Amino acid sequence: MTEPMLKGRGLTKRYGKVTALDRCDFDLYPGEILAVIGDNGAGKSTLIKALSGAVIPDEGEILLDGKPVTFASPIEARGYGIETVYQTLAMSPALSIVDNMFMGREIRKKGMMGSLLRQLDKAEMERVAREKLNDLGLTTVQNINQAVETLSGGQRQGVAVARAAAFGSKVIILDEPTAALGVKESRKVLELIQDVRARGIPIVLISHNMPHVFELADRIHVHRLGKRLCVIDPKAHTMNDAVAYMTGAKEPEEVRAA
Amino acid sequence: MSDSTGRGQDYESSLSGASTSLAEFEAHEKGLFGRFHNALHATPALVPLIVLMAAILIFGVTLGERFFSPGTLTLILQQVQIVGVLAAAQTLIILTAGIDLSVGAMAVFCSVIMGQFTFRYGIPAPVGIACGLAIGTGIGAVSGWLVSRVKLPPFIVTLGMWQIVLAANYLYSKNETIRSQDIRESAPLLGFMGMRFEVGGAVITLGVVTMILIVVVLAYVLRSTAWGRHVYAVGDDAEAAELAGVNRHGTIMSVYMTAGFICGLAGWVMIGRFGSVSPSASTGVVGNIQSITAVVIGGISLFGGRGSIWGAFFGALIVGTFELGLRMAGANAQWTYLLIGALIIGAVAVDQWIRKVTS
Ligand SMILES: Nc1ncnc2c1ncn2[C@@H]1O[C@H](COP(=O)(O)OP(=O)(O)OP(=O)(O)O)[C@@H](O)[C@H]1O
Ligand SMILES: [Mg+2]
Repeated sequence: MTEPMLKGRGLTKRYGKVTALDRCDFDLYPGEILAVIGDNGAGKSTLIKALSGAVIPDEGEILLDGKPVTFASPIEARGYGIETVYQTLAMSPALSIVDNMFMGREIRKKGMMGSLLRQLDKAEMERVAREKLNDLGLTTVQNINQAVETLSGGQRQGVAVARAAAFGSKVIILDEPTAALGVKESRKVLELIQDVRARGIPIVLISHNMPHVFELADRIHVHRLGKRLCVIDPKAHTMNDAVAYMTGAKEPEEVRAA
Repeated sequence: MSDSTGRGQDYESSLSGASTSLAEFEAHEKGLFGRFHNALHATPALVPLIVLMAAILIFGVTLGERFFSPGTLTLILQQVQIVGVLAAAQTLIILTAGIDLSVGAMAVFCSVIMGQFTFRYGIPAPVGIACGLAIGTGIGAVSGWLVSRVKLPPFIVTLGMWQIVLAANYLYSKNETIRSQDIRESAPLLGFMGMRFEVGGAVITLGVVTMILIVVVLAYVLRSTAWGRHVYAVGDDAEAAELAGVNRHGTIMSVYMTAGFICGLAGWVMIGRFGSVSPSASTGVVGNIQSITAVVIGGISLFGGRGSIWGAFFGALIVGTFELGLRMAGANAQWTYLLIGALIIGAVAVDQWIRKVTS
């Protein structure tokens, strides 16, 4: 295979006595869907936070296209085209769907109103937001200016996924994007993930849903006790194997296959 | 695995027949009451506006011409100009889920800087005023840094800053007052904000104009610029805002600095209003509580991220209307405090109710 597009080496993050990440390695290849699975508290969210600038690792390095990078904040990672849906969704409940989708990348009006008075182009942002939500099949009739807190948990998750899919240009990271979604909405998100891959953008998918993982993933990164235990090929392993590895019931024979 | 995947997809096969009208984001109207609730959710300044209108109406009916005249109504504006400006600064801080106990002290200190720089050092008045505004901004920067970087609670930071600034104010000024006669003769620009226009009985001072301008500008900036959206997002949930790509530190710093600058303007407005520069002006002690009162009555949530600057402006006017109206009606001044106390509690109760999501 080619070189990894996003690579982590020896990533370590401690919270007091808890070692959330323990010299963890990570590889994401161009155009693939990489699933990350592991028990609760294994450190999956911490890993992707380190890769998206939300957490600064104590040790280790991150390479993007072979070049070392450091992200001091999520804004910096986003500047490189890495877009993330966090497990907590990172939305402002009192603000509207549009405000949330464009948070930190607002569109300004053209001409004097935009450059001098820095006025936001609300109409344009609404148009784009509506389009993105429709792509996701999330809404038919929609009041895009509705506060996010008035949405159901699943709808919120849909908005967060739409936001990442709309703006990710290099890597999209999804931390349990279907956890709160209904069957139908989950299916939409899975389709969206495949669409994004078809656009050539690689995806990191954290999920506890094994059927989804085995259906979509090209490779599966099994995370255990803060590090990568192994990478398995979903075509060569069963779900039972994967669960056994991730819970420690079974040791993988060929470490780092794929 | 194909086995389980097959089974995994099985339960989804019936999806093809599912209705294609997907989750709809339609606000369910629940009659007049629900609609009112939604309106308040969308326009939180509505309640204080209604209260203000009702107060003016009631005093207008009971006191007649005496109250309901251009002269009296504009007198209210003049009486609230300092608190109104301070409330604008307070609004910014409270929107970020903070609170600023030092606004009044800062205003007094800035007015003293403007006066003393001009008189003690013979600096031209415009430069003295600029220095006062710069020092206000600087104090704001220190508070902002302590809140954002050192992560101290805003209440503690500004409680300390209140004492520090007030003490510095007395130490630096040596408790000297600059008399209005001197200001008028040698540095009229210091008293610029006191300049008045009369239009058919209505009296408007530049201080009042400044207050209204600050509110209009902030209302625009908070509503229609990215910075304004970031202020709300940081106040709503700072961590989420940061993950979503907001520069939390930059936003908090700019909020505290802008608030400091506005306190400097309040200092200038004070000189215009009182004519003189006095380090022992009562604003230094009660300005913070008065501005917080206006903000709370104005329906701005102390939890941050909710409310509009117009609400704070209406809140200041409500207090001014009650004070003047009750005084004209010959009521004991304690009635004013009693009513304002009730309004504060009522406003927070309404805020809690509004925050309850329409479900
Ligand atoms: N901000 C934090 N402060 C202290 N400890 C933390 C923090 N974030 C994570 N941890 C700890 O790090 C460990 C890994 O947490 P993490 O959220 O990465 O797990 P996870 O694999 O995403 O689990 P889940 O499947 O439940 O989402 C846990 O033991 C957790 O308690
Ligand atoms: Mg997690």
